[in-house]
Amino acid sequence: MKFGVVVFPGSNCDHDAFHAIGHVLQKPVEFIWHQSEDLHHCDAIILPGGFSYGDYLRTGAIARFSPVMKSVEKFANDGGLVLGICNGFQILLEAGLLPGAMMRNAGLRFICKHVHIRVEETNTPFTCAAEKGEILTIPIAHSDGNYTCDEATLKDLEKHHQVLFRYTTPGGKDDAAGNPNGSTANIAGICNRARNVAGLMPHPERAVEEVLDSNDGLLIFRSMIEAVVNNTAKATA
Amino acid sequence: MATAPTEVKVTPEIAAEHGVTQEEYGRIQKILGRDPNITELGIFSVMWSEHCSYKSSKVHLKRLPTRGKLVVQGPGENAGVVDIGDGLVAAFKIESHNHPSYVEPFQGATTGVGGILRDIFTMGARPIAVMDSLRFGEITPSKTTNEEEAAKNRRILDGVVRGVGSYGNCFGVPTVGGEVAFEPCYAQNPLVNALALGIARKEEIFLAKAKGIGNPVIYVGAKTGRDGIHGASLLASAEFTEESQQKRPNVQVGDPFMEKLLLEACLEAMKTGAVVAIQDMGAAGLTCSTCEMASRGGTGIEIDLAKVPQRETGMTPYEIMLSESQERMLLVAEKGREQEVLAVFKKWGLDAMVVGDVTDGGLLVVKDHGKVAAQIPAHPLAEEGPIYNRPVAEPTPGKESERDWFPFSADGTDLTANFTKLLASPTIASKRWITEQYDSMVRTNTLAGPGASDAAVVRIKETKRALALATDGNGRWCQLNPKVGAMHAVAEAARNVATSGARPIAATNCLNFGSPEKPEVMWQFSQAIDGVGEACVALGTPITGGNVSFYNETLGKSIYPTPVIGILGLLEDATRVLKVGFRKAGDVILLLDGAGDSDGRQKTGAKAAQEFSSSEYSKTIAGIVAGEPPAIDLVAEKRLIDCMVALAEAGTIQSAHDISDGGLAVTLAESCFGASGLGAETKLNGAANAEYALFGESGARVVVSVSPEKLAAVWTTARQYGVGALEIGKVTGDNALRIEYKGHGVVSAQVPTLKDIWAYSLERHLKIQ
Repeated sequence: MKFGVVVFPGSNCDHDAFHAIGHVLQKPVEFIWHQSEDLHHCDAIILPGGFSYGDYLRTGAIARFSPVMKSVEKFANDGGLVLGICNGFQILLEAGLLPGAMMRNAGLRFICKHVHIRVEETNTPFTCAAEKGEILTIPIAHSDGNYTCDEATLKDLEKHHQVLFRYTTPGGKDDAAGNPNGSTANIAGICNRARNVAGLMPHPERAVEEVLDSNDGLLIFRSMIEAVVNNTAKATA
Repeated sequence: MATAPTEVKVTPEIAAEHGVTQEEYGRIQKILGRDPNITELGIFSVMWSEHCSYKSSKVHLKRLPTRGKLVVQGPGENAGVVDIGDGLVAAFKIESHNHPSYVEPFQGATTGVGGILRDIFTMGARPIAVMDSLRFGEITPSKTTNEEEAAKNRRILDGVVRGVGSYGNCFGVPTVGGEVAFEPCYAQNPLVNALALGIARKEEIFLAKAKGIGNPVIYVGAKTGRDGIHGASLLASAEFTEESQQKRPNVQVGDPFMEKLLLEACLEAMKTGAVVAIQDMGAAGLTCSTCEMASRGGTGIEIDLAKVPQRETGMTPYEIMLSESQERMLLVAEKGREQEVLAVFKKWGLDAMVVGDVTDGGLLVVKDHGKVAAQIPAHPLAEEGPIYNRPVAEPTPGKESERDWFPFSADGTDLTANFTKLLASPTIASKRWITEQYDSMVRTNTLAGPGASDAAVVRIKETKRALALATDGNGRWCQLNPKVGAMHAVAEAARNVATSGARPIAATNCLNFGSPEKPEVMWQFSQAIDGVGEACVALGTPITGGNVSFYNETLGKSIYPTPVIGILGLLEDATRVLKVGFRKAGDVILLLDGAGDSDGRQKTGAKAAQEFSSSEYSKTIAGIVAGEPPAIDLVAEKRLIDCMVALAEAGTIQSAHDISDGGLAVTLAESCFGASGLGAETKLNGAANAEYALFGESGARVVVSVSPEKLAAVWTTARQYGVGALEIGKVTGDNALRIEYKGHGVVSAQVPTLKDIWAYSLERHLKIQ
């Protein structure tokens, strides 16, 4: 099981994802330069947080044209696991690998703080190690995390159980008080219909050790590891 | 050899327009042996500006202690460097960006952060934390500030906060804290002091010395434009007048994405081993980087401006040399290996051009398409600028008497209402609304972010250690007594670091003052230097760098003298970080006092009133700013620091929070805000008035909470260090804060109510929902 962390110019959570996987979870992990079309035989690709190309145009709008994204798209279409975190989520939206778009946060300000998210689905490779309804404490750090989509898309997402995480209050209510950025239906993370591509605004790689005030983010990486291992086991069985 | 013909003939009048005095002009003629051309005059004017040359402060700065056994690099390089063990060093420095932040708050603040970050990675260190020390005018209408002015101050604050956030967030360095304070004197001259910290392997530190005759000089990073010309000389080295808004073109524009690429590319290029020296182009841009590198290396540099990447066409040598376009670096590579360096910058999509080489003979030669545009001996230009021992005069103190001082309430008065008012005051209220706009966690090293501990704490992943950082500076106290005020700034920053569990090891300073041409300002400056020096010696924290910011005045009125001190601390065991919040009901609350028996320090009568009149409480409740800052006892501060480090190491205390703005009562309240459901029940006694006891701000005191079974161990440690440890109450589980003084309940309130006031006041004042 090997992870690849893509490095775009302006990625700045690449090292954090690398640390979480390589040092905390002790799993093989490599950086993949955005100019490369070779994914180094990785089993899962992470598009990390940051400000790819400065996010001067629209978040993720330029990064999606990086050479590496052609390979990521193909990898995803072949069923490979792709997780986009924060800017990575924004890139997946721009690339059309996930539905919807991001707007500026409702308060029009950057927000960095721990928030609470509820696990909505567990039958995905990104949440299979979690309990349905479990409340995770994970930080957000973004200006453009206000997830939005049209009604038909929202209906579709709900119908196919693609909403993986919703922002809630500490008590688990997905109301306005629990919504830090104005996201439609308190959506914090979604997956595609095939369930192998997911994106979320909160940063699980920042919640992987007790000293960082939470290690709830490990659940997401552990789920991915479990999914790949089980999949490989099935394939070889 | 003749210099290139230029259109403008330089006269003493033109020199004066450049801020060059007649005497300085004479000095330039002597160094050159002729009249300078316009480009040369421009070069001299920026290098000899107050901002770049420290001409008024140099004679005083010499009195600061700069040596210590951990100091690897003291003042004079891009940043100070200290040894932090495990083969690693920390590079850190604080710098001001005050005037640009008033003229253009967003860009002023971004470029302030960008500049200090470049100073750090120029040394070969990867930035791991940023802090900001900010001062603004009052944001709520008061006796001194009308609504229109308050609204303007709020806009400045908003722009600065967005600027600080936008740069650090995009660059990918956590902004881990700092402080924000409000006084009317900063209304037209806010202070934006940015501190950055980085780490590097000891043997991989880079210095800015151009060595090796024939080595190529390489320009990297952003293209040069016309922005920021004379930022250092005309903007930073003159006071504001009514026309200051016209100085907007002098403010540079920041591009954090470019800087992020520059960081990665520079660190990667340094790893090739082909880089000999490197310096960022900050104030005075290409001028400063060329002549300083040559001067330090004892060499010369020759460059051709035709090779400098340019953003605009038709730029003159004068403009190119003086541009302060951001995100640029100048480096010297080993001859024959320049391709290795250029390849790295190409990979990161950055401009990198060989623009010249290191020469023998010590001359800075600037050519434009092969023609000499300027030719100046580098060393005299960089190091032999004018030095002024300006007149110093103590201002005649206004006569104060008891009538001018704070009138204490009668003992037994319920002070809850005043207390809640104090918690809501912008300087004391939580800065959550500000710090949540900063990414304080990126790089996942932040063990204590904004407000969690008295200092920000970041771990060093490859070791067991962590570094703590705090900045402090009370301008009001320095106005009342610059020497004592400056000592408090050092003591409080060091105490904050120790209260997080770390040992204070080194300091950096940002000295914000009015015009050095005023003898009273120079007196304040000289006094403050003495105070900083004395305190740094006593507390074992040598000054490793920093900057001086003069001319902080508008229409002839100076700001409060405001030395801001940043202290770096080392925590041997990163798991021992101490945080502010109480943790468990039933824990015992102790008041630790470096002066020993805390009762003995309580003042009464006129002495108490005089001291108390300089407090935040006196200002907020009675509108009185007078008297004297609390007396300072550096020996007591040192004892307390050593005791805190020992307690953290032993792991015997649950929480720790020092007593500063707002006194003991505010410290207790903030300690209750950490975990939900907790409160405190405390009983105090003493000779002083209740307001003095609850809200007095004398130093060397920390409130800690201790599990009952560890109490004996804590007492033993306290005794060992000569620190008083007075039991003042217990942590309770009933969500209430109660303070009794001499048997009377003086404060009684629900913690959630207090917390709401404290946590949300700032955004209510800012009228932002």
